[in-house]
Amino acid sequence: MRITVTVDGTGYTDEVEPRTLLVHHLREKLGKTGTVVGCDTSNCGACTVHLNGQSVKSCSVLAVQADGCEVTTVEGLARDGQLHPVQQAFRDNHALQCGFCTPGMIMQSIDLLADNPDPDEEAVREGLEGNLCRCTGYQNIVRAVRDAAGHMRPGAGPEAEQVSDAERTTTGVGGDA
Amino acid sequence: MIPAPFDYVAPSTVDEAVRALADAGEDAKVLAGGQSLLPVLRMRLAAPTTVVDLGKIGELKGVRDEGDAVVIGAMTTHYDVQRDPLVHDHALLLARATDTVADPQVRHRGTFGGSLAHADPAGDLLAPALALDAEMVVQGTGGRRTVSAAEFFQDFFTTSLAPEDILVEVRVPKHTGWSAHYEKFNRVAQAWSMVAVAATVRAEGGTIAEARIGLTNMASIPVRATAVEQALVGRSADAETIRAAAEHAAEGTSPTVDGNADVEYRQHLAKVLTGRAVESAMAG
Repeated sequence: MRITVTVDGTGYTDEVEPRTLLVHHLREKLGKTGTVVGCDTSNCGACTVHLNGQSVKSCSVLAVQADGCEVTTVEGLARDGQLHPVQQAFRDNHALQCGFCTPGMIMQSIDLLADNPDPDEEAVREGLEGNLCRCTGYQNIVRAVRDAAGHMRPGAGPEAEQVSDAERTTTGVGGDA
Repeated sequence: MIPAPFDYVAPSTVDEAVRALADAGEDAKVLAGGQSLLPVLRMRLAAPTTVVDLGKIGELKGVRDEGDAVVIGAMTTHYDVQRDPLVHDHALLLARATDTVADPQVRHRGTFGGSLAHADPAGDLLAPALALDAEMVVQGTGGRRTVSAAEFFQDFFTTSLAPEDILVEVRVPKHTGWSAHYEKFNRVAQAWSMVAVAATVRAEGGTIAEARIGLTNMASIPVRATAVEQALVGRSADAETIRAAAEHAAEGTSPTVDGNADVEYRQHLAKVLTGRAVESAMAG
């Protein structure tokens, strides 16, 4: 099937098998390896991306379901060489040990802050319920999310990351067409 | 892991979807939000020949007011149900239970109708649907029909839906001003309910005028705790009334045994959680 997906501001048109998972399409076809696969059970959340402005586990979405949609991965967050405030906060607060859960943690944290711009510790832990850290480094992750909340503009979030039609490039490297 | 190959169709109307299912035969599978189906396909516990995706059918999404009922489109996501003002005002129990489903990412994709049609006995929305006397509007090759929640759920992962049927929407009779609580017991974050209790009550002064209690995972299908309801109604909403009523919660239940709990423990949980659920509902 032929699908067109906008990923991190670039449109990609490709032939995919219906059974292709979105995460495999991102990693193997489009080279977006910043998004990782951590489990085979939909539990870990490491593959979390934003699909039309909402966090999803990209192992639980078919690539064909994303046809015509906009996807933001952890690779699409930085602007003009500047890390996203949540990325910066994870760095400042040492919110990672092995780092494998980090892409998903960051993407879900942004979604959480969009719904709740000033979460207390319990709200952060509940908002990150779908993301597992095998290093059990939750303490600093929670600290980072609360730190980021203090640095983000109101209204910043998955929707603010979406690019306008004028900004979008039509053909990306890695796409078939 | 990667699913086995399948043909994929994404119809834009319910009529087309029913036709696609009828054409594809018994090995077709309906894709709603996919949060249960995709893990099953990945693990190759199922290998349908055709997947019919309902995601492009606009008429299946959204919540509307229909006089004495709130009507929820089957493809309305958990996230949207949680935040819908009609659901809050007239079916608070459903909003409370939906808050506890899985995790935020899953609630963005998973749908109310998909969860009911999947009919996992540990699913959190079946008992509230039963307790609120919801009606399922189903479309098949013979047109539309309405099925009560009590008739809809038949066995483990089994409903009265025929292979070519689509669950279109769910009519939830208004329970305006009823307080509600969903008390869920599990061991770790995002785990399925070992047992959960859905409770919604209408109080008049200090007296319980009406009560509806549904139990999750206490049988192959959701069950109503009618003995608890009868023990609550007409009595003052004090701790002793709630404690005595909750003692009836396990009556007539036949929960399954699995790695998490045996029958005795599940029946114990049903009583304890019923007490907590009613108490929290009354408090708030």
